[in-house]
Amino acid sequence: MVEKTITVTHKLGLHARPASLFVKAAQTFQSKISIANLTRNTQPGDAKSILTLLQSAVAQEHTIRLVAEGEDADEAIDTLSKLIENNFEE
Amino acid sequence: MEIIKGIPANGGIAIGPAFVYEATSFTITRQTVSDIPHELTRFKAAIDGVDDDLMALKTKTARDIGAGEAEIFEVHRMFLADPSFKDAIEAKISKEQLNAEAAVDAISKSLGQQFQALDDDYFRARANDVHDVSRKLLYRLLNISNNGLTGLSQAAIIIANDLTPSDTVTFPRDGLLALCTEIGSATSHTVILARSLNIPAIVGLGAITIKNDDMLIVDGAAGKLIINPDSATIEQYQKEQQRQAVKQQEALSQAAKPATTVDGHQVEVVANIGSLADAQQAIGLGAEGVGLLRTEFLFLEQATLPSEDEQYNLYRAIADVFQQLPLIIRTLDVGGDKALPSIKLAPEQNPFLGQRAIRLCLANPTLFQPQLRAILRASVDRNVKIMLPFISSLKEWQQAKTALEQAQASLTADQLPFNPDIEVGMMIELPSAAVLADLFAPQVDFFSIGSNDLTQYTLAVDRTNERVAHLADPLQPAVIRLIRQVIEAAHQHGKRVGLCGEMAGNPLAIPLLLGLGLDEFSMAAPAIPQAKAQLRKLSRSDSQHLAQHCLTLPTLEAVQGYLKDNL
Repeated sequence: MVEKTITVTHKLGLHARPASLFVKAAQTFQSKISIANLTRNTQPGDAKSILTLLQSAVAQEHTIRLVAEGEDADEAIDTLSKLIENNFEE
Repeated sequence: MEIIKGIPANGGIAIGPAFVYEATSFTITRQTVSDIPHELTRFKAAIDGVDDDLMALKTKTARDIGAGEAEIFEVHRMFLADPSFKDAIEAKISKEQLNAEAAVDAISKSLGQQFQALDDDYFRARANDVHDVSRKLLYRLLNISNNGLTGLSQAAIIIANDLTPSDTVTFPRDGLLALCTEIGSATSHTVILARSLNIPAIVGLGAITIKNDDMLIVDGAAGKLIINPDSATIEQYQKEQQRQAVKQQEALSQAAKPATTVDGHQVEVVANIGSLADAQQAIGLGAEGVGLLRTEFLFLEQATLPSEDEQYNLYRAIADVFQQLPLIIRTLDVGGDKALPSIKLAPEQNPFLGQRAIRLCLANPTLFQPQLRAILRASVDRNVKIMLPFISSLKEWQQAKTALEQAQASLTADQLPFNPDIEVGMMIELPSAAVLADLFAPQVDFFSIGSNDLTQYTLAVDRTNERVAHLADPLQPAVIRLIRQVIEAAHQHGKRVGLCGEMAGNPLAIPLLLGLGLDEFSMAAPAIPQAKAQLRKLSRSDSQHLAQHCLTLPTLEAVQGYLKDNL
C-alpha cells in the first residue's frame, strides 16, 4: 500500500477539467486507488470515479490523501501527485 | 415596468422580446419489471445512444465555440460510465425489479441531492450536470425528442429556470439576444457559453414571471433585467447600446487597416490562436493571418489520440476562415511537463529539458505522421504553412523534414491531395537554434521566434518558478542580441522572421522589434488593434536608431528605461 498526502494549489481545486484528467490518469492503473479530502473530512472514495471526485469538492488549498494498493501503486501515486503538483498544466 | 436584479454574468445590452424556454416535460411511472435482462439491455442501449450524442455535441462545440467549452461533454461521458451512476442504476434495476426510467430518475435525484448539499458553489452546481445527463437518458428511454426551442421564430431574449450545457449548445446561435436564468451562479455553463457567444447574460434572478413576447431590456454588466420598460427607458438603453457599438466599431475599423509606418514600411500583424472560435475572433480584430496555431488542446483533452480526420476537419475549418491569408500551424508541442492522456510519458527529472515537442514527435511516428498528414491535406488551395517547434540542431531539423517527406509520400500513395510547395519553417526558441540561425536560414522557408521560451532557455530561468520568474524578461540584453542575430541571418538569405511570444504585443518592445527588422508580429487577437495603431505612428528609421542604441545597453533595467523614455 502506498499513500501520499498532498495540497491542491490549482485555483479552482479539482473542478471538472482537472478532475477528468485526474480520473483518466487514475484509470490507467491496475491498482485500487482511493482519495479522501482531509480538509473536508470525507471518507476515502474511488479515485477512478469522476462523480466521487467531484463530490469530495476539493477546492484550492485543500489537502487530500491518495492511497493505492496493487502492483503499480508506486507509479500510480507518483503520476497522480505530479499531475496535482504541476497544476494540470494550466 | 419592473426591474429585477440578478448576478451579472456577461456584459452588454440587449433589447427585445422574451422567449420562455422550458425543457420538454415528461412523467416517470414506477413499474415492476419481470424481464430484468431486457430492462438492462434497454438501459445499455440508452447509455450507448447518449454517449454517441455527447460525442457529437463535444465535436460540434469544439468546432463552433471552443475546445474549452467542449470539455464538459467529455465529463458527461465519464458520468455515463461512472460506477456511482451506471452501476448504481443497474443494481437498482436488478435488485428492485425496477423499470430503467424509474431507476435513472432515482439515482439522478440522489446524486443531485448529494451535490446540492455541498457548501461550495462550484461543486454544488454540478448537480445540474447530473440532471442534464439523466434527462438525456430519460428522453432516450421514453422515446421523446427535446424540442424546447422550436417555438423560437424571431431573435429573442431567452428566459429559463436554468440552462444545461447541452441546451445552450443546441440553441441556434443567431436567434439569441441574451440569456437570463432564475437559478445558476457565476460559474454555471450558461455564463461560459454566453461569453463565448458574446451576448449579455444574467443568472440567479430568482423566480420571475414573464410571458413570451414581453418586452425586455437586459443590462448584463449591471445584472439588471427590465420587464416591459417604458419608452423613456428603452430610449435611454438604445442610446447606450449605440454608444457601445460605435466605440467598438471605431476600434474595429482601425484594426482592419494595415500596419504601415509613417515612413511607408509595412509589417504583418497576425494572431496566435488555439481554436476555431479564436480564428473567427481574430479575423474580426484585424488579424492578417495566423502566426501561430497551437494544436495542443486537441491532444490534451481526450483520452485517445485525435484521428487524422478529426485533425484535418479542424485545421481545414480554420484555414477556411483565413482563406488566402497565411495560417501557420505548429506541430504538437507537448511532453515533459505537459501530460498527454493518450500517451503515457515517462516521468522526467527535468521536463523543460526533456522529451518535449519535436523530440517527442520524432520518437512517436504514430503521433507525428497523422498530424503531418492532416496539416498537409488542409493546405490544398489555402495558405497553410507548417512550423516545427523546439528544433535544437540541424540534425533534428533534417529528421523532421524526413518525417514530413514520409507523410507526403504516404498521401501520394493514398491519392490524397496536398500542396507540395507548402512552406515549412521553424521556431527559434532555443539558444542553440538562434546561434546557428545562419546555418538554418538557407534550409527553412521562415523563422518564428518564440520569445518566451528563448528567454527562459537563454537565461536559465524557469518562468513558472515565482522566485526567479522576474528575471525572465525578453528585453534582457542577451535575448535582444540573439533576436538581432536571427533576423540578420534570415534577411541575408531572403527569409522572413516572425515573433510569436508575448513580446510581440508589448507596447514597450514593439518599437525595438520594428527597429531590429522583424517582419511579422504575432499576438493574442485582442492586442492587435492597439499594436497596429502603435506601429502606424512609428517611423522605421527612428526605430532602427533606437534598436542600435538598445543593443549597446548592458542591463535589462537600462533597456527598459531607455524604451520607456522613448515611448
